[in-house]
Amino acid sequence: MKTASPTALDVERLRADFPILASVLHRSAERPGVPLVYLDNAATTQRPRQVIRSIVDTYEKHYANVHRGVHWLSDQSTDLYEDARAKVRNFIGAPSGEQVIFTHGTTEGINLVARSWGDANLGPGDEILLTEMEHHSNIVPWQQAAARSGAVVRFLPITDDGQLALETLDEFLTPKTRIVAVAAVSNVLGTINPLAPFIARAHEAGALVLVDAAQSVPHQHTDVAELDADFLVFSGHKMLAPTGVGVLYGRRELLDAMPPFLGGGSMIRRVTTAGFEPAELPAKFEAGTPPIVPAIGLGAAIDYLAAVGMDAIGEHERRLCTLAHEVLGAIGGLKILGPGPERTGGIVSFTLERVHAHDVAQILDRHGVAVRAGHHCAMPLHKRLGITASTRASFYLYNTPAEVEQLGRAIEDTKRIFRRK
Amino acid sequence: MPLEEDELYQQRILDHYEEPFHRGPCPLATHAHEDENPLCGDVVRVELAVEPDGKIRDAYFEGEGCCISQASASMLVERMNGRRVDDVKCFTAEDMLALVGARLTPNRQKCCLLPWRALQTAIYSPVAGNGARTRDAPH
Repeated sequence: MKTASPTALDVERLRADFPILASVLHRSAERPGVPLVYLDNAATTQRPRQVIRSIVDTYEKHYANVHRGVHWLSDQSTDLYEDARAKVRNFIGAPSGEQVIFTHGTTEGINLVARSWGDANLGPGDEILLTEMEHHSNIVPWQQAAARSGAVVRFLPITDDGQLALETLDEFLTPKTRIVAVAAVSNVLGTINPLAPFIARAHEAGALVLVDAAQSVPHQHTDVAELDADFLVFSGHKMLAPTGVGVLYGRRELLDAMPPFLGGGSMIRRVTTAGFEPAELPAKFEAGTPPIVPAIGLGAAIDYLAAVGMDAIGEHERRLCTLAHEVLGAIGGLKILGPGPERTGGIVSFTLERVHAHDVAQILDRHGVAVRAGHHCAMPLHKRLGITASTRASFYLYNTPAEVEQLGRAIEDTKRIFRRK
Repeated sequence: MPLEEDELYQQRILDHYEEPFHRGPCPLATHAHEDENPLCGDVVRVELAVEPDGKIRDAYFEGEGCCISQASASMLVERMNGRRVDDVKCFTAEDMLALVGARLTPNRQKCCLLPWRALQTAIYSPVAGNGARTRDAPH
C-alpha cells in the first residue's frame, strides 16, 4: 500500500463527519454483516453532519420563502440563500453573483441553455458540437433543440483509450458551429478533458462553449474566468450537498440577452394582462420558489470542501485512482476503460470477462461495495466502446486505500462465483 | 473473508447462464419477439416454431444481459419447448418467478420477467413469410 504524503487528508477524521459511512450491511443471525464501502460518488455523494445540520438549522430557525415577505423570517431565509450564492460565486471564480443561477441540477442547467439560448440563436443548418463521451443530459436537450430549430448535432470522436480526438477538432469545428457542449470530466471514463485549449479553439471558430462540470467542480479547483467558459453547469448532490439544487454560471452578456426559461413568480419585474417584463439576473432564471434549503446546504458543502482544500481532495482521489488501477489491473479478465490514472479523476470503470456488469455489482454489494452498473446514462459512449454495460467505481474525499483493496477482493469473489466449471 | 454462496448465484442459475438451452436462432421460426429493459439494457429475443395445432415444436432465445435475464430465458424456453401455446398463455409472471426459484429483489425481478414478457408477446407475433397469416395467436 502507498505511504501517505505529509499533505494527505486525515480521512479517518473526515469519515467521522459522515454518519452514513458507518453503515453495516447484510447483517443477520448467521452473518455479522459487512461495512459499507461507498464507491458510487459519481452518481451521488454522501453528506457530512455540517451540511445536515445546516439543513436542520434552516428549517428549525430560519425558514420562510425568499425575496417575498417583509417579515423577519423571510429576511433571514433570503440572507442565507444569497449567502449561498456568494459562496458559489467565490468557489467557482464567477465575476458576479448575478451570473450564478440556482437551478435544480445539471440537467436543468443544460436544458435552460438549450431552450433559452438555443431557441433564440439556433437555426436550420447550424451545428451543435458534442462529444462521444457525453452524459445523456448533455445530449438529449441538444437533440431536442436541434429538432425545434433545424440545427444539426455532431459528435466529436474519442480515441480508443477514451480521450477526445483533438486532432479531429478542426474538421468538426466549422463556421456553422454555434455551440460546443462538453464534459469537463467523463462520468464513465473519468477522463479529464483539456478544456482550456479546447475552449480557446472553439472561440476562435466563433462558437460558444458550455461545460458540463457535474464531475469536475466537486473534485478539482474551478475558475470559470480562467477557463473562459461561456456556460458552466453542475449539481449540488455530487458535492456533499442536498439533491434538488444545481448551478448555472453564464457569461453576463449572454445571460442578459437570453429570454427567460421557465415563466412564473420571481422571474418578472411586472405582469399585466397584456404581457410581462422579465426581472433582472439572476431572478430572471429562477422562476417559482427556488430550492431554498438545498441551496443553503450547498453553501455549507462548499464551506466544508473549501476547508478540506480542493487540491488536497484532487490529490487524494488521484492516489486512490492510481491504486485502483494497480489492484484492478492485476485481475485477469478485467479491462479498465479510459486512459491511465494520470489522465483521469477519481472514476474507474471496467468490464469483467463473461460476467455482466449487473452481476458484478450485485456480488460486490454482498461485500458491502456500492458501485454503479449499466450504461451510466452514456449509451452512445458504450456503443462507441463496443460494450453494452460497465461497472463503475468512483471515489471521493472520504474513501480509503483499504476500500479500494476491498473492491479488488470483491471482484475476485465475483470471478470465483462465475468460474468456468 | 469469503461469503457463503449467494442464493442468487446458485449453481442451477449459473449452469443455465454458462450452458444455456437453445440459445440461437430457431430453425423455421414462425413467431418471434424481442424485448428489452430500457433501464439496464438487457435484451432477450424469443423465437418459436409453432405447428398449426398450437404445439411449440421448438423454442429458442437469443440475448444479452445479466446472468438472471439470460438464465431465466434459458429456463423458460426449456420449459416451453414441446409444449402448447395455451401452456404459454396460462404461464403467469408468478410461475416465471417460481421457475427461476431464487429470491429476487424487485429490480432483479424485472430481469427475470424480461424473457417471460418476450415470450408472451412472441406467441402473438408471427414472423412474416413463414406460414403465418394473421396477428392472432395460434391456439
